Amino acid sequence: MEDLIFNLFIFVLASFVGFELISKVPPTLHTPLMSGANAISGITVIGAVVVAGSVDGVYSQWIGFAAIIFATINVVGGFLVTDRMLEMFKKKEDDQ
Amino acid sequence: MSQFLPEAFQTYIPMLIQLFYLVAMALFIFGIKRLSSPATARSGNQLAASGMLLGIVVTLFDREIVTFEFIIAGIVIGGVLGVIAARTVKMTAMPEMVAIFNGFGGGASAIVAWGELTRAGADVTLWAGQDLGTAGLGILIGSLTFSGSFIAFGKLQGFISGRPITFIFQNYFNLVLTGAILVLIGWFISDPTNMPLFWTIFGLSLFLGILTVLPIGGADMPVVISLLNSYSGIAASMAGFVINNNLLIISGALVGAAGLILTNIMCQAMNRTLGNVLFGAFGGGGTAVAADDIGDKSVQKTFADDVAIQCSYAKKVVIVPGYGLAVAQAQHTLKEVAGLLEEKGVTVKYGIHPVAGRMPGHMNVLLAEADVPYDQLFDMDQINPEFKSTDVVLIIGANDVVNPAAKTNPGSPIYGMPVLNVEEATRTIVFKRSLSPGFAGIDNELFYADNNQMFFGDAKKSLQALSTAIKELD
Repeated sequence: MEDLIFNLFIFVLASFVGFELISKVPPTLHTPLMSGANAISGITVIGAVVVAGSVDGVYSQWIGFAAIIFATINVVGGFLVTDRMLEMFKKKEDDQ
Repeated sequence: MSQFLPEAFQTYIPMLIQLFYLVAMALFIFGIKRLSSPATARSGNQLAASGMLLGIVVTLFDREIVTFEFIIAGIVIGGVLGVIAARTVKMTAMPEMVAIFNGFGGGASAIVAWGELTRAGADVTLWAGQDLGTAGLGILIGSLTFSGSFIAFGKLQGFISGRPITFIFQNYFNLVLTGAILVLIGWFISDPTNMPLFWTIFGLSLFLGILTVLPIGGADMPVVISLLNSYSGIAASMAGFVINNNLLIISGALVGAAGLILTNIMCQAMNRTLGNVLFGAFGGGGTAVAADDIGDKSVQKTFADDVAIQCSYAKKVVIVPGYGLAVAQAQHTLKEVAGLLEEKGVTVKYGIHPVAGRMPGHMNVLLAEADVPYDQLFDMDQINPEFKSTDVVLIIGANDVVNPAAKTNPGSPIYGMPVLNVEEATRTIVFKRSLSPGFAGIDNELFYADNNQMFFGDAKKSLQALSTAIKELD
């Protein structure tokens, strides 16, 4: 039970940090932000790695394998596509 | 991987992993912070990506991880698919791409919760109730994010009708279904080895995702994707509760908050509440409202030569781009036209509505792709006071965001939505394929106004013709 309460504290505090951080982003960057934040939600890949790498059963390893593929698509694709968008903004900065 | 490290090191590994997680978390927070300014955004994204890499690498040292075949194979396959998707997607298809990535992320979180339960096997009966509960919630939120995101993708791509698909008592049905799944999760806590029950929860959650998104119109999909983005963060957090991992909980919560804020901003821009978007079955279905008062109103047509003259002799031209511009891939041609006008000493500005394109900021990305300078882009609040002193407004592929009905007709479905006050300009010219209503399915009175002219045709071809016509004036 202590774990749950402790984790809940972390969850709520992190949510407040998220609200504060993000409420200050200008509209121009909302699309890249959505895409970048989306890539961060692929952090679940860490859980997938634990499931796929432990030997509690072949069955669970295959499940972990599937989870890794899904999460990695999210992470790699998400960060790359965000970078592609932001690259174009960057170019403008250099021009000026 | 911990077995490769020296013996004396072993006791410190769990603590070191946590410390590196702390660093990864800080990188995420700095990353998001830096994403708030165009100058630092790219480095912010890279910081977040490096935080992710750090998180994954140190996790490999977790003592529970002993085999790497599945991990390497999974990362290679997922990585290659991710790279291909990210490299080849067109900028106009960004909402679809985010929807798909998001669906995979949510799906992964649900699968992780499933995998953890499978790993525990018969020992799952030893799990504490709250862990089973968070696992169930992870599966619920993750699965509905997965199926909902793919329905959103299908609607944006046109595989599924963009019109709201509804049936009687739908909202009540979804509510009851959500309640039923929660009750089943409660049952699952007391009977965790009951596999049919587990699969029912999984299946009903997927079904709930489909039912939640189907009744929402195509025009509202960005709001839905943003909300689902928030959900996928919460799903990751739930997975973090299950495996007791702080980094997952924190990152998931950050994304959950981000998605909610963005969703709110989008709803505000359309003057709608989130509840109205989710349960109102709006967007793509509102034609009935306007159909009766179109009557025999007529429009004035215009052609490239005439538009060229009007623009060339104007002092100030404001361009209002919409998603139709991007569909026609006409951004570059538009930039060319703007350049020609500037050479003639015309002041050219772009007025960007917050929901121009299909996501907030989407139009800015599309114009940036065409090298349109930043300082010519103006937000709605900045450009609205300027329309009175504007000679010509070129409205290209935009419709609902310039519809005066939002201010004047309380019966209109978009009444109250902030719009660009283009009708205050001396002359407006609408570039449009035909008189068909916009994405939201509402007719636009602006088209019939005395100071408005219609330039019918494909946006790209029209702009090319305009460009040629301006050059011929010299």
